Amino acid sequence: MAAVVFETIHTSPGRRAVRRLARRGGAVFGFAVVVFFILIALLAPWLAPYDPLATSWSAVRAAPGAAHWFGADELGRDVLSRIIWGARASILAGVVSVSISLALGVPIGMLAGYLGRWADALISRITDAMLACPFLILAIALAAFLGPSLTNAMIAIGISATPIFIRLTRAQVLAAKAEDYVEAARALGNPHLRIALRHILPNIVAPLIVQATLAIAAAVIAEASLSFLGLGQQPPAPSWGSMLNTARNYVDQAPWMAIWPGLSIFLLVLSFNLLGDGLRDALDPRHK
Amino acid sequence: MVRGNRYRVRDNNQRANPAHRSRRRPDILDPSMARTFVGRIVFAGLCDKLFDLDEKLNVVPQLATSYQWSADNKSLTIKLREGVTFHDGEKMDAQAVKYNLERHKNMKGSNRRGELAVVSSVDAVDPTTVRINLEAPFAPLLAVLTDRSGMMVSPKAAEAAGEKFGAKPVCSGPFRFVERIAQDRIVLERFADYWNKGQIHFERIVYQPIVDATVRLANLRSGQLDFIERVAPSDIPNLRNDSRFRIAKIVEIGYQGITINVGKSDLAQKNPLGRDPRVREAFELSLDRDAIVKVAMEGEAQAGNQWVAPSNRFYGKSAPLPKRNVERAKQLLKEAGVPNPSFTLMTPTTSDAQRIAQIVQAMAKEAGFDIKIQSTEFATSLNLADKGQFEAYVLAWSGRADPDGNLHTMLACKGPTNYAGYCKEDVEKLIHESRTSLDPARRAAAYDKIAQQVQKDRPIVYLFHRHWLWAHTAKLSGLRTVPDGMVRVQGLKMN
Amino acid sequence: MLKFLLRRLATVIPTLFFVSILIFGLQQLLPGDPAIALAGEERDPETIRYLREKFHLDEPLHVRYWYWASGVVRGDLGDSVRIQKPVTELIMEKLPVTIQLATMAMIIALVIGITAGVISAVKKDTWWDYGANIFALWGLSTPNFWLGILLILLFAVQLGWLPASGYVSPFDDLKANLAAMIMPAFVLGNAIAAVLMRHTRSAMLQVLSSDYVRTARAKGLDERVVVLKHALRNALIPVITLGALEFGTLLSGAVLTEQVFTIPGFGKLIVDAVFNRDYSVVQGVVLFTATVYITLNLLADIAYFLVNPRLRH
Repeated sequence: MAAVVFETIHTSPGRRAVRRLARRGGAVFGFAVVVFFILIALLAPWLAPYDPLATSWSAVRAAPGAAHWFGADELGRDVLSRIIWGARASILAGVVSVSISLALGVPIGMLAGYLGRWADALISRITDAMLACPFLILAIALAAFLGPSLTNAMIAIGISATPIFIRLTRAQVLAAKAEDYVEAARALGNPHLRIALRHILPNIVAPLIVQATLAIAAAVIAEASLSFLGLGQQPPAPSWGSMLNTARNYVDQAPWMAIWPGLSIFLLVLSFNLLGDGLRDALDPRHK
Repeated sequence: MVRGNRYRVRDNNQRANPAHRSRRRPDILDPSMARTFVGRIVFAGLCDKLFDLDEKLNVVPQLATSYQWSADNKSLTIKLREGVTFHDGEKMDAQAVKYNLERHKNMKGSNRRGELAVVSSVDAVDPTTVRINLEAPFAPLLAVLTDRSGMMVSPKAAEAAGEKFGAKPVCSGPFRFVERIAQDRIVLERFADYWNKGQIHFERIVYQPIVDATVRLANLRSGQLDFIERVAPSDIPNLRNDSRFRIAKIVEIGYQGITINVGKSDLAQKNPLGRDPRVREAFELSLDRDAIVKVAMEGEAQAGNQWVAPSNRFYGKSAPLPKRNVERAKQLLKEAGVPNPSFTLMTPTTSDAQRIAQIVQAMAKEAGFDIKIQSTEFATSLNLADKGQFEAYVLAWSGRADPDGNLHTMLACKGPTNYAGYCKEDVEKLIHESRTSLDPARRAAAYDKIAQQVQKDRPIVYLFHRHWLWAHTAKLSGLRTVPDGMVRVQGLKMN
Repeated sequence: MLKFLLRRLATVIPTLFFVSILIFGLQQLLPGDPAIALAGEERDPETIRYLREKFHLDEPLHVRYWYWASGVVRGDLGDSVRIQKPVTELIMEKLPVTIQLATMAMIIALVIGITAGVISAVKKDTWWDYGANIFALWGLSTPNFWLGILLILLFAVQLGWLPASGYVSPFDDLKANLAAMIMPAFVLGNAIAAVLMRHTRSAMLQVLSSDYVRTARAKGLDERVVVLKHALRNALIPVITLGALEFGTLLSGAVLTEQVFTIPGFGKLIVDAVFNRDYSVVQGVVLFTATVYITLNLLADIAYFLVNPRLRH
């Protein structure tokens, strides 16, 4: 009995969360797959059997075989190599977009929540306005405005997803503001910025992490969608989304061109979703 | 801007109801204002023209029965068919033709003005005779009258509707307009008083746009569609093996090429490709057109190096297709002092253009070129091209029946789509000669000389001319393969 | 209650104003001259000049905004340049289609999502839980356009059970209409199902550990009765209000689904309009959908407020 109490006192909330996370099979699987893809992306130059941009007129749409394990695409390029290198684009698309959303959304949300009154009203109305427009339409309009490229797609997705984080941060800040420790800090005369950064922010990190993970999943799909419309990563550079877009024309004759990128997107996004769900369960004190 | 169409023919209790599907939406259904290729597909069933084209691109009668040039070639007298009425019952006579031609020329927002620029006046000599007076002889006029400029709408309906005519067009073709549900379909029904009704074997046509080629083919396969156009080249082998379907094809009158900024803006001078004809020659020599056709179009195209296909009677035989020669290309680059030139290739986001750009990039690399592909949305690319904000541009042209229609607007000094910024006095004179002489032999000679010069200057590197590809159920017969890509409904029959 | 309602309503106008500025700005700032894009292959300079004049393209931005906004207030959303029809008319044409698609998708999402969520919560941490999780999640993880193409290949081409594309009005032929709509509705609904599953699961878990459920169990009631009668009913309320808010996601998903299945709804209309610089259409349709979304939000808030006495302070 005493030993149990002892242990509970000495374990930090973070470590407890990780332990809870580890007990959820789905989250572990998700985490493993995400790490797997990140490794593939990092080790691409050594893993890919061919140059992903190397065309070969004799291997046009070659079926999977000894020379090309995943087959070749419409310009004779090796699909496996393009999948491996494409992991970079997809993971980047997910991570960078969400980073932009966080970098923009969290400070603005904190401003709204903390300052209240006019600042809050203005920010909230603008956020509502952005949320009222369908996400993909916003992203398409932004991407069309910036020009078709992976970078612009990431910016477009990032900006379009920002209102979600503004709202989340604001709600968390509002809740935290009412807490005792904040009142105490104010009473002690701490400047606002200090309170915001040192006291409030660490306590709202958990839901932000959860939302960010899930947002990465959505961002990867959004990039694929933009590529489907011709607005994402541009050929010849490989990205799973643009590979799917090209494969559309050859679904019958060369299904492998579409199977592998589609499967990869699915696995990566599923894993981020599982991981996000697991994190939510692990970090939320209400769920056991 | 060439888009694809899909047609559906459906048997419905012995009354065949063909439904045509377009890949892109037809735009305004007003022959004066219409601007897309797909709009012309709908017109094929809706609006008859003064003249029509046959499989060999000869001008044949439709609403007009015969024509006669005056001695000085400055006026064209046309005899009209008798007994033709518009869908609203009005007579199609010389007054109507006069009205229409003037409308094409003068109406605000008309896209036909350019091709009728040379027309100075139109006289209705008698109810069945029209005389078109020109400022100068203009050989392409007849061909122009086989397209939208030759389409006749009911003057009464046009006057009444004004600008809104396109919402409810009234023409004199085999089918009349019933309704249009935007983005979805256009419904036409048989016009009982059509002058050539013996050739019409359907009650209704429904045009419906489908964007995705895969979905189009799926429709054909599943039996929902009986006729599709713009078949993806990669689908042809499978269709060929399927006895349920027949394939028809013919070389288009348009072309696919790469336009190079040789004088449209100061970007031309800044880049070796725009500045030095040797670099352009090296670029062309690094390309293997046959391989491009094979890989990009699955062989469903004819390699070409002029604005008309090698099979066209006006092809300049003195400027034949160059063969790939990477060694010579490298040599030329060395002579020009730029062994590794780099330029940006502005590429619209359509899949055809993207494929071509990537293949060209890979091929030219072997000669030392470093090409950057800049994917641009089509609307934006037009804007940039218009301002000269590009170095090279993958651009297709849908084509006109007369070779002048493929040449003048791009390579004449003041041509509206002269994005290359090409302006050469001797070529200008030759173009003028090719337009104003009615003698085919003289025109061919002029085109031959132009081809030689253009081959040297390379403002446009022409790549190939696609095949129009149609696939239909074996039950359908009577399809005529005309190089303008239009599907003529006269003679089509479901067995 | 009235005070709450008024306060909420007061936020609607400024929000709509910002929406109008947002979408107007995004459209008008798009590169590419719409007059050139619209002018046809011939690019006749006269036509281009005429188009520029007709659509006030040479006027400064705020003047153009004024033209548009004053029209909107009067109920005139402008005309589509490409189709030459008033935007309002286009919206009325497309609305039934998109509503049908959205409704069918929502029903499918509710059925899949709620079922999976209940199973997942009741059989927490078992294989049922993981299975239900993955089943609902795969909808969110697969690009809907990809799923659409796969389904077309399977059901339309291979099996021939359903049409590959095209829309038939339910008033013309109900059976054909349903046959054409079932696949796109499924594709759309799949994505929302995951979201609904998550919410159902967490709501159920919360309710299942609450006092009155424990009481019901203690009373010896059958577990199934406890779950379905007591827990579910209470868990459903937040889920359904959240479902209304997923309307925005539905519309996003509809964009690509409609492309693949050729359904003439809003999504397709907007995408084509963006690519063709048909400003009025994009502005009008987005403003319209934003208004609907905001209204749904408002209704959901009211419903939540009415149902949850704790919020009434």
